[in-house]
Amino acid sequence: MTDQAQLLPGTLDLLILKAVSLGPLHGYGVLLRIGQISDRALLIEQGALYPALFRLVRQGLLNASWGTSENNRRAKFYELTAAGRKRLQEETEGWNRLAAAIGSALATQPEEV
Amino acid sequence: MEPACRRHRFGARNPTRGSMKLLAYLRSLAAKFLHRSQLADDMEEELRSHIQHRADDLERTGMDRAAAERQARIEFGGQGRFKEECHEALGGNFIESIINDVRYALRMLRKSPGFTLTAVVTLALAIGANAVVFAVLNTLILRPLNVPQPESLWAIERKASFVDPSQSYPDYLDLRERNRSFEDLAGYTADEAGLDTGQNPSSVWVVLATGNYFDELRLQPYLGRFFHASDEHGPNSAPYIVLTYAYWHSRFHDDPGVVGRVVQLNKHPYTILGVGPPGFHGTLLFFDVGLFVPMVNVEQIEGTSQLNARDSRWVFMVMGHLKPGVTPAQAVSDLNSIGSYFEKTYPKEDGKMDFLLARPSLYGDYLGRPLRAFMTALMLLAGLILLAACANLGSLFAARAADRSREVALRLALGSTRRRILRQLFTEAVLISLIGGAVGLWGSVVLLRGLSVWQPMPRFPMILDVNPDAKVYIVALLLTLASGFLFGAVPVRQVLRTNPYEVVKAGSAATFGRRITARDVLLVLQITICGVLITSSFVAVRGLARALHSNLGFEPQNAMLLDTQLAMAGYSGDKVLSMQKRMIDALAAIPGVQFVGLADQPPLHESWNPSNVFTDQTTDLRPANAASEAIQYNISPGYFQAAGTALLAGRTFTWHDDKNSPRVAVINQEFARRIFGSIPHALGGYFKLPDGTRIQVVGVAQDGRYTTITEVPHPAMFLPIQQSPSAQTFLIVRSEHDPQQLAAAMKSTVHELDPGLPFYIQPWNKRLDTALFGLRLAALSLGVLGVMGAVLSITGIFGMAAYSVSKRLKELGIRIALGARRQEVLRAALGRAFQLLAFGSAAGLILGILAGRVLASLYRESPGDPLVLGGALLTMLLIGLLATWIPAQRALSINPLILLREE
Repeated sequence: MTDQAQLLPGTLDLLILKAVSLGPLHGYGVLLRIGQISDRALLIEQGALYPALFRLVRQGLLNASWGTSENNRRAKFYELTAAGRKRLQEETEGWNRLAAAIGSALATQPEEV
Repeated sequence: MEPACRRHRFGARNPTRGSMKLLAYLRSLAAKFLHRSQLADDMEEELRSHIQHRADDLERTGMDRAAAERQARIEFGGQGRFKEECHEALGGNFIESIINDVRYALRMLRKSPGFTLTAVVTLALAIGANAVVFAVLNTLILRPLNVPQPESLWAIERKASFVDPSQSYPDYLDLRERNRSFEDLAGYTADEAGLDTGQNPSSVWVVLATGNYFDELRLQPYLGRFFHASDEHGPNSAPYIVLTYAYWHSRFHDDPGVVGRVVQLNKHPYTILGVGPPGFHGTLLFFDVGLFVPMVNVEQIEGTSQLNARDSRWVFMVMGHLKPGVTPAQAVSDLNSIGSYFEKTYPKEDGKMDFLLARPSLYGDYLGRPLRAFMTALMLLAGLILLAACANLGSLFAARAADRSREVALRLALGSTRRRILRQLFTEAVLISLIGGAVGLWGSVVLLRGLSVWQPMPRFPMILDVNPDAKVYIVALLLTLASGFLFGAVPVRQVLRTNPYEVVKAGSAATFGRRITARDVLLVLQITICGVLITSSFVAVRGLARALHSNLGFEPQNAMLLDTQLAMAGYSGDKVLSMQKRMIDALAAIPGVQFVGLADQPPLHESWNPSNVFTDQTTDLRPANAASEAIQYNISPGYFQAAGTALLAGRTFTWHDDKNSPRVAVINQEFARRIFGSIPHALGGYFKLPDGTRIQVVGVAQDGRYTTITEVPHPAMFLPIQQSPSAQTFLIVRSEHDPQQLAAAMKSTVHELDPGLPFYIQPWNKRLDTALFGLRLAALSLGVLGVMGAVLSITGIFGMAAYSVSKRLKELGIRIALGARRQEVLRAALGRAFQLLAFGSAAGLILGILAGRVLASLYRESPGDPLVLGGALLTMLLIGLLATWIPAQRALSINPLILLREE
């Protein structure tokens, strides 16, 4: 558990958008995909996932529809809308800027001040 | 693990395109209803799908299916939370979250039953009071008269020394013929008549209406027909009766065969023409009558006819519909031009006349204006009560919110939004107000139902349907919601300011500051309002007490009053006086009876008979030259002894002061003072009546109250009944005997004289209830509001003081431990409460005195009266003591040892 990073507030939505952008997924698939693309460093609480998914659907960033999964079970699949794709791009850029800024701030050495 | 989704199919929820519009509409309608459960099913299925997929994975690691599914469920966590959060995420299912809030609020309220009970009772009282006052206001003032097109129906009043809707019959005819503003003008008056349908003759209230009355009111009969203008052919030409629906129901048991029947009215045959529409009982809102008779037959009903007397204004009211397009202002100027015509043509009888228009339902402005003023004032006071209650509850709520600041901080720290917490607080407030409002409304409905059948004046059939209608319910609901939001809003700032870290760190005690808080302001506001209410109710109650103990100029104790109208049994002309003499003699012969006197009407009667009087020197007897107006009483020789009115000088009448002897009068002190300057000057002096009759003053009697119990001294003259006869008969029988037995003896005595004469016997002081009704009602309603105000003050101060003591237990304990004396502890604990109380009381008393001025005019009572002031002050002091007693005891009984050990 110790090697798993804590999610910063607001980053769950970004991760979901990213996961779904790689191809339509059902809820459990989203969990797995996030685990997979983060090399299992980020683990999402199962119960917290669905409210986030519903919120994104309501905001028009995701589309949901029922279909059949690889396990041959009925499942609700989520896929990115155009707005979702745009949002993902913006958020990614924002995140990168923030990460870079914080990274450079934290890398500052005493003599540089 | 490849999350493939190649095989998923779209379109499962895609509706068939091109389906009929109606079908689509129906489906969307159904979807709206099904939406909630569909959503829940959807979520349920997604959850199941998730668990299944997880279990599939777990199964692959070697678990058996059942264990895998259990494990998957455990991993997922609480389903309740899942659902709630998903609902929230989906835009929050509004109803659902409200239900949750309500459930939580109910739990919180159940946890503090004392608080809940106080809040509900406070609100129930306040909202109940408002509902009752509004329902009465609604019936009396807001609701239009129950006739077609009431908005264009206006009554005409004369602008005299006071507004007076009455007219003389000739003036009425002129107004009707000469105006260009009204479609038609109808007039009416009311009187009692004896109705004989073959069984016992009984008295019934009759509206004497002009022939066009029903047509002008645009009414249709329920049965038979109405009488019309075409039925009138001069005096006593139209012996027709129209029954009110209610009287037809109660007296004739809904018998449709009454139409065409001939009955005896005052011993004259009358034909029943028809029955009026249900609910119609004349145009006076609160007065219940039995039947309608054409006004031209007034002589048969009242015994005398004044159809031709232009200066006798006995037509109670004249009214009509304005022509389309005519404004009331235009109508008034039209009428005033007729007024100038009256002045020119009949200077002696009419003089200058100015007219006004008013609504007919409350006897024009005569009752309408004071009633409107009183009801508006009462509504305002009731509103103040509600405001005080809201202030009270607001501070309770704020105190509670402060106590719950830890809970609020914890919830905030756990990620709850402030909006969510505020919504929770508002839900609690509105819930309390709704419960309180429901209880209050229920109480007011019960009260109003009682009020609707109340008959405060047994001699006068009242009808006042104050049962609440939709408007009352809506107003009550709005007030309830408004007050819920009002007192719910008080702690908002507090919650918004809450800093979770500070509160959790510091504990609750540190938040109690010494600065002026919203709670303090609210408490002062509330005490001020209560001070106003208490002062006004003191003014009213004291005014009533004074009125009750004032010198009336007659003695209503130990006297019975028998009233009748001899015309009801067919007496007229000389027969009236001889019957009156026989009645006096017969009643005087009853053992134990001391005095018997007769008057055409007693003082403080519902009506009085004012007449202009002139000095002996005046020759031009137009109204403008009158020396004064005096109330005229026509009395028998024994009247003064029987009434208990003291004769100050001169003599009373004897039976020899009759038609053939010189005209004489006894006047009261005020008359003597105003016309003659003094009593000695008055004795033997002469004055004149409007018709020129010279009358000699033979005696002077003490002043009395004649029109209202609070009037300013008014001139009055007493004329011998032999010289100014009247069929209207009031017999005052004075005796020390048991009133019950005396009444029975009087009844059989009069019945022996004439079995066909309806009459009514009542102790005189009972009869005065009618005159005191208004004052009593005002004092009662103000008293009730005052008591409510006091109760609210007590709970408000108590709540504040108790809260302050409990908050500062620790500090007080330390003070006691350090050797503080009792006074010092009390000052520390309750000084604040007393400061606020003193401040609020002072403001309340000042405002109350200002408000009391309005009432003072009603009661002739000075609000600066030391008794009123002292009483109000004492009451506020008592309220303060009462409210702080328990918190003070608690503060004094603090045991520092126990307290410090507990901390």
